Amino acid sequence: MNGSSSDRAALSRRVVLQGIAAIAVAGVAGLRFDITTAFAAANDAYPEDAFKQKTEADAIKALYGRTAQASDKVKLDAPEIAENGAVVPVSVSSSLPDVTSIAILVPANPNTLAAAYRILPGTAAMVANRLKMAKTSNVIAVVEAGGKLYSATKEVKVTVGGCGG
Amino acid sequence: MASSIRVRATANGDTTEVQALIQHPMDSGFVKNAKGELIPPHFIQQVAIEHAGKPVFVADWGPAVSKDPYLKFAFKGGKAGDELKVSWTDNKGATDQLTTKIQ
Amino acid sequence: MTGLAMAAALIAAPSFAAPAADAPDPAADLKAFQKYFKDKFPKVKFEDFVNGPYSMDEGLYRQWKEKEEFPPYEFALDLGKELMAKPFKNGKTLADCFPNKGIGVRQDYPYFDTQQGQVVTLELAVNQCLEANGEQPFSYVKDEMAAVTAYMAFTSRGKPFDVRIPDDPRALAAYENGKRYFYTRRGQLNFSCATCHVQSPGERIRAEVLAPALGILNAMPIYRSEWSGMGTTSRRFTSCNSQVRGVPLKPQDEDYRDLEYYLSYVSNGLPISGPGARP
Repeated sequence: MNGSSSDRAALSRRVVLQGIAAIAVAGVAGLRFDITTAFAAANDAYPEDAFKQKTEADAIKALYGRTAQASDKVKLDAPEIAENGAVVPVSVSSSLPDVTSIAILVPANPNTLAAAYRILPGTAAMVANRLKMAKTSNVIAVVEAGGKLYSATKEVKVTVGGCGG
Repeated sequence: MASSIRVRATANGDTTEVQALIQHPMDSGFVKNAKGELIPPHFIQQVAIEHAGKPVFVADWGPAVSKDPYLKFAFKGGKAGDELKVSWTDNKGATDQLTTKIQ
Repeated sequence: MTGLAMAAALIAAPSFAAPAADAPDPAADLKAFQKYFKDKFPKVKFEDFVNGPYSMDEGLYRQWKEKEEFPPYEFALDLGKELMAKPFKNGKTLADCFPNKGIGVRQDYPYFDTQQGQVVTLELAVNQCLEANGEQPFSYVKDEMAAVTAYMAFTSRGKPFDVRIPDDPRALAAYENGKRYFYTRRGQLNFSCATCHVQSPGERIRAEVLAPALGILNAMPIYRSEWSGMGTTSRRFTSCNSQVRGVPLKPQDEDYRDLEYYLSYVSNGLPISGPGARP
């Protein structure tokens, strides 16, 4: 979605990212990593709302406030057939410049958003993790780069559900 | 009691690759126990990694991340001997952290 | 001459349903067993048979390799090491019960204990040690038992299985009993272990790719994605029985121990790869 609200969100994100270095985060070991009120922006605390969304569109909107376009510069690695839905290795990387976030969505799961990663300055646009998949589903990787969203999708077949079934 | 966090951080030229494995049930809240009762959600919500006191990576997790979760990422500017701190917080407010040196 | 040659050929051939009238010949069984799988899977390197379904399917292999980068059984290993060294109330430790403090000995289990007159598996040995020292035995299927056997397996990684059958009729009988169990059908599904693991390795049963029986215990204990946790040989045997809708025996029942004896013996020469990860 475009409009002033998303611009504000993007701007405050940038301010926060620059502010992170200034904040004595080292002193708050063990506490929740909410950024202090001086730089507080709703989308930099734990994105509770995004994790509750049930569709790809709603999750992306809740997390980033705009939509993503498919891009071949987002590389999504996931198996064709998961050995078991409880532990599906998924990795995402991107050659796009200025990547600030990577999110992974599994629409067929009870809640779509599986994980979101904040790529801070100096950090590579890459992440590997292991996810639960309740059943066969698309896996969508969304990369936020230069304020825009790019995505890649791959279907992963799941024959034994990852939720204890 | 041993830490719940295991980290392997290796510097390769300019890039440090970090792998972490965390012992945590990551209960989604959708699974029932043997008695048929739902096991309540119990999962890590945030993982934060700092290099020499500066944040380099933050993970926001939902319950769809696998049990005993794994994470791999990489960043620039680290070298062998530098300190790396990994901390997590879960939905029950529990936390753990581990400080280690980059190899 | 011809008669002998024929008899030899019969013993060497994979005549798994051979009647009890044949004199037990474990060495010949081993050769036939290993030959059968090598012939069936000529492209699989001998030592890769220990990787079960991962050596049978490319997609599974890649997922496994990714997880082996930082395997899920790491925590069990650390716990196992701790438990081996933790002093009992009487000051002794688990390590004291084992040759070489339990380091690098896993490949010698199971063995036939001529004094006890039974097969002693690694898991049984652990609990016998605990009980002999006045400690509570571990549950056979997971947690501490899995952790301890994981650690012991880890210290034996790469060492080939070296299971012995002493010159004792009871040992031979135990071996034969294990073999009989392996090839006997059971449960509502009327499957024997061989039905899946000899007849159909590499093929699918529902959604799972079947592991070959050769080397099937080398990776024990295992972190199974299905269990989202560790399980021992006992856990696998009991759950396998349940899965064919048979009534599982108690963990470490004589039949299970004899089964483990047989299966380990015919995998002699293959390297210990445990602890392992499985789907």
